Amino acid sequence: MLLNIKDLHVSIDGKEILKGLNLGVNNGEVHAIMGPNGTGKSTLASAITGREGFDIDSGEIIYKGQNINELSPDERANEGIFLSFQYPVEIPGVSITNFMRTALNARREYKGEEHISAGEFLKKMEEKKKLVDIQAKLTKRSVNEGFSGGEKKKNEIFQMAMLEPTLAILDETDSGLDIDALKVVANGINTLKSQDNAFVIITHYQRLLEYIVPDFVHVMYDGRIVKSGGKGLAVELEERGYDWIKEHA
Amino acid sequence: MKEENDNNNILEEVTSGEYKYGFVSDIDTETAPVGLDEDTIRFISSKKDEPDWLLEYRLKAYRYWLTIDEPNWALLEHPPIDYQAIIYYAAPKQKKGPESLDEVDPELLETFNKLGISLDEQKMLAGVAVDAVIDSVSVKTTFQDTLAKHGIIFCSFSDAVKNHPDLVKKYLGTVVPHTDNYFAALNSAVFSDGSFCYIPKGVRCPIELSTYFRINAANTGQFERTLLIADEGGYVSYLEGCTAPQRDENQLHAAIVEIITHDNAEVKYSTVQNWYPGDKDGKGGIYNFVTKRGLCKGDNSKISWTQVETGSAITWKYPSCILLGDNSIGEFYSVAVTNNMQQADTGTKMLHIGKNTKSTIISKGISAGKSNNTYRGLVRVSKKAENARNFSQCDSLLLGDKCGAHTFPYIKNNNTSSVVEHEATTSKISEDQLFYCQQRGIDTEKAIGLIVNGYAKEVLNQLPMEFAVEAQKLLAITLEGSVG
Repeated sequence: MLLNIKDLHVSIDGKEILKGLNLGVNNGEVHAIMGPNGTGKSTLASAITGREGFDIDSGEIIYKGQNINELSPDERANEGIFLSFQYPVEIPGVSITNFMRTALNARREYKGEEHISAGEFLKKMEEKKKLVDIQAKLTKRSVNEGFSGGEKKKNEIFQMAMLEPTLAILDETDSGLDIDALKVVANGINTLKSQDNAFVIITHYQRLLEYIVPDFVHVMYDGRIVKSGGKGLAVELEERGYDWIKEHA
Repeated sequence: MKEENDNNNILEEVTSGEYKYGFVSDIDTETAPVGLDEDTIRFISSKKDEPDWLLEYRLKAYRYWLTIDEPNWALLEHPPIDYQAIIYYAAPKQKKGPESLDEVDPELLETFNKLGISLDEQKMLAGVAVDAVIDSVSVKTTFQDTLAKHGIIFCSFSDAVKNHPDLVKKYLGTVVPHTDNYFAALNSAVFSDGSFCYIPKGVRCPIELSTYFRINAANTGQFERTLLIADEGGYVSYLEGCTAPQRDENQLHAAIVEIITHDNAEVKYSTVQNWYPGDKDGKGGIYNFVTKRGLCKGDNSKISWTQVETGSAITWKYPSCILLGDNSIGEFYSVAVTNNMQQADTGTKMLHIGKNTKSTIISKGISAGKSNNTYRGLVRVSKKAENARNFSQCDSLLLGDKCGAHTFPYIKNNNTSSVVEHEATTSKISEDQLFYCQQRGIDTEKAIGLIVNGYAKEVLNQLPMEFAVEAQKLLAITLEGSVG
């Protein structure tokens, strides 16, 4: 199993947000995590990626057979965990090109490999830019600075394509996207999907799941996964609303 | 709150870095007796075999200095400086001036190699002419022959006094008079060496000129004097770098740089200042009290200052432009980084006198540790300066919550047709930015380097290529520390 989360309890400033969450993800699978606002979906993403301030009170996150609770965020990233941010942050003066080269080289250093050559890097950039249909000039601009909502999300998928993660977590990547951008993002994910990686897609709506077919759908409520099923569950949720889940919780 | 504290802890760890140029070279030095009086000045002047007029100039400055007090308007705190405890002249012992590198003390050459500046082949390849000043004396100027072909004079200040006395006499003290301020008066009395450059009419200097300053001897002050003149239509790009050994006591550095540009001439002056900043607790470090000023004397002339200030315990420095010629242009691009206990009070003055004069000020302050970083700037537009334009942008970046950033922009506009614009921002490296970088595999230390370099990019882009790379590394190193 690629990711195995066992009875995870996470609190922020002493307030418990995740209250015994269990989740198993295998290579080659796409999992959707749905649920109303404030049920801990983004907290789950933060806990897996090791964000400061998200304290694991008990439970385990096992990734590639190793408990990663003690790994720093950059170590987890270099082990192949990627997060597509709900609100990507701006880094003024740092071009996407420079940012990506720094990130790729950090990973290579972590693995004890040589830095990527300029030629190889540029070739990779060109290839991945096509995948998410971003304009050449965008990569010369500072990371996320002055980007539209759609550009920011495409940029997240572009970075994902560049870094080729084993486990990709997409936090509300579909929110705020028009239908064209949504298709581009979905196409990017579908292209990157393989038997050697897995996706956890956090979403509020069923909309994205029309383009990316999940193997499993989980519904979160009050810090736990309260219902799991196949892709049909998403449709059912859309029809019956989250109140239906609350009744079951 | 907790999150913020964690974040500050990370920043504190990362930003308490160590100085990398703190070695001392074992060089045989000849010094003046400790302290300052008229005899000290006569000693310096006679050591340098100076003409009488220069000795008189020094003595006049010294007598004026005795009548005035140290300025106290800057946002700086330091114990009183004991001017009688300083050695005002220290020179590496060697016969006369070296004719070739073979005659230079090998220990001295080793020093420059450690600093990453070799005075020979490497710089030949890089095409940079170097004048190296160690303690008080100019050690070696490279590329003299190449420059001579173009009629360019680039030599130590002492050589200029000997070989081009008329030029020195004509321009010395015309931009920064000995009465300008306390430290300028002191420098005018005791300056020991420095660089001199003259670009003749219509000549574009084909290579970058560079001076490297190093304080080596203990208890020594360094008082160098730089004079740059670009005659009509001349152009030069000039670089200045500085380092000092790590010592427990404070050392004084009080330099003067004067630039004069005639009609259609341009001087681009870039500094990477990395004097020893003191240790984490603020012990030791250089007191850097420097007066730099350029006079755009001719029409359509231009002076551009770019500075990357990472060193010194105290920085007091305001590279300025007097825009006298019509259509003249002044620029000031600055990155000032303070860490640990460092204090910087730096900025510029843009004095618009001629018509259609333009000035641009881009200042980026970065404060970390318990340091204090102040931008102080004056834009003054005189009555006659019709259609003058100024744009100022002063940004401050704070790392952690124990440092300070201050901005004092003074604007005096006496002309209704002129436009003065000022923008200022203060920001912090956010936990969100750090986490975003970390999530892409970039550790905290590298992330801070990346973010800070991005923040300072507008200024770093102004530096000549070779220097820009060095400056980028320096920024990262200055803020680097003990993580991992």
